[in-house]
Amino acid sequence: MAMTITEKILAAHAGMDRVEPGQLINVKVDLALGNDITAPVAVREFERIGVKTVWDRERVVIVPDHFVPNKDIKSAEQVKGLREFVRKHNLTHFYEVGRMGVEHCLLPEQGLVGPGDLVIGADSHTCTYGALGAFSTGVGSTDLAAAMALGETWLKVPESIKFVYNGELPRWVGGKDLILYTIGRIGVDGALYMAMEFAGPAVETLGIEGRLTMANMAVEAGAKNGIVPPDEITRRYVEGRAKRPYKFYQSDADARYAQVIEIDVSKLEPQIAFPHLPENTRPVSEAADVIIDQVVIGSCTNGRLSDLQLAAEVLKGRRVNNNLRLLVIPGTQDIYMQALREGLVEQFIEAGAAVSTPTCGPCLGGHMGILAKGERALATTNRNFVGRMGHPESEVYLCNPAVAAASAVLGRIAAPWEVE
Amino acid sequence: MLLQGKTWKFGADVDTDAIIPARYLNTSDPAELAKHCMEDADPGFPGKVQPGDIIVADKNFGCGSSREHAPIAIKAAGVSCVIAKSFARIFYRNAFNIGLPIFECPEAALAIREGDALTVDSAQGLIKNLTKNETYQATPVPEFMQQIIAAGGLIGYVSERLRGAEQGVK
Repeated sequence: MAMTITEKILAAHAGMDRVEPGQLINVKVDLALGNDITAPVAVREFERIGVKTVWDRERVVIVPDHFVPNKDIKSAEQVKGLREFVRKHNLTHFYEVGRMGVEHCLLPEQGLVGPGDLVIGADSHTCTYGALGAFSTGVGSTDLAAAMALGETWLKVPESIKFVYNGELPRWVGGKDLILYTIGRIGVDGALYMAMEFAGPAVETLGIEGRLTMANMAVEAGAKNGIVPPDEITRRYVEGRAKRPYKFYQSDADARYAQVIEIDVSKLEPQIAFPHLPENTRPVSEAADVIIDQVVIGSCTNGRLSDLQLAAEVLKGRRVNNNLRLLVIPGTQDIYMQALREGLVEQFIEAGAAVSTPTCGPCLGGHMGILAKGERALATTNRNFVGRMGHPESEVYLCNPAVAAASAVLGRIAAPWEVE
Repeated sequence: MLLQGKTWKFGADVDTDAIIPARYLNTSDPAELAKHCMEDADPGFPGKVQPGDIIVADKNFGCGSSREHAPIAIKAAGVSCVIAKSFARIFYRNAFNIGLPIFECPEAALAIREGDALTVDSAQGLIKNLTKNETYQATPVPEFMQQIIAAGGLIGYVSERLRGAEQGVK
């Protein structure tokens, strides 16, 4: 019987030959992830279970990234509690400030997740790793606590929607635009409880980083997971990087989908998501004249090296507009170092940007760029809910890194070709 | 269990940032979180919600972040249950895991008005609108999830399972 890639990975981890959408199954997890907001609650719940040790000290990963470097005493105490837990259980993978990164940039980069894995994380953007051909999904702290004790979790097998992206990607259009356009088309609950499978020639030509961006935002359409069938590009990325054996799964040609949606990308423009939902998307040419106060380039969606390279290309030899501030946040220490070596950081600073150590900070209104009442930001992040970056009466617009850089120069939402 | 209370209505796509803004997530103390429950959807909510009250919302309630602080804040604010047309996936799991009763019922989400008095039979998923004298049936909860509720949430369920394993019973 034919299965999708999602169904095959779930079946393999449930020890079953096959699974069907709607089925409730118990699966072994390859990795369980928590951060400085969700892991403290998970630790509290883990201790209530009454087991002495975590199921596997190599496979419970803790990344403090949201309020770090700690912004206040309370957040410092949260991370201090995590450090104590990590030491008590001798966890291998704890990433301290100065050696860390935004979790969903860090884990693929460090080879902690690979094709065919089943990963759960107490962070909704854990779905990012689907870009490598893994099943990965976000859960809450209690689910994380149970997985830390058992090495298992329960899941409902999702139906899959297949998105086929045809045509050649126009200049300045990348993974962020494909996913924003898709969410705009199906809505923020358009894939509720489902798997989004991203395929077609345009996705096949996207690098891994563009695919990570797409899978990252599957949750913004309500999906359980986003997944890209692994290929030669995937192989090149994981070879020599993956810390554990991996396996490539592919959907059968006659696998069943709830829906197949074909999208022609050849005329697509960079997309802007207007406040206050990621589904409020418009082409950038219809978004001109929105004056902005802050631009943020970073986050688990677009804080990778290719994102910084793209932004630097647009910013080169130009200055950030006097009426706004530009924040650039490399996703990990390695990305930061690469950006330094390539001269990108120098370009950003010369242009008048602030460059920060990795942090989720402004993406969720944590720190490092909070908006005042009435202010507007344009960000390469993943959410633009009410109050997301600060005051409940501020606004967030979402875009790709090239649009963010061009807009930082012109002081309003602008297309990259306006500064060429 | 019979839940009883008056209702507060919210629209579609109420996200977890609206339920409990990230600026308060430097603590996980339920009482502290309750003080800011639903603050960015309705700033007055923490001051007016009464024990037993029921939140009624449109589609995709709880979308966004995985933060369990969202259902924790709702529960700690005294809300007895949430009824919505649909729930975001992670919020749905989290609510069961921490023992906040939630009911998917498009009919109820449409018909109920703010201030209506309800009773909800949580085992049957039967919602009675005392103000309008109407009855709505929520989508049945899978048996496995009823076991989680019966064990007092996921941690109780996992503890029972581990104790069972130690004693050599299934």
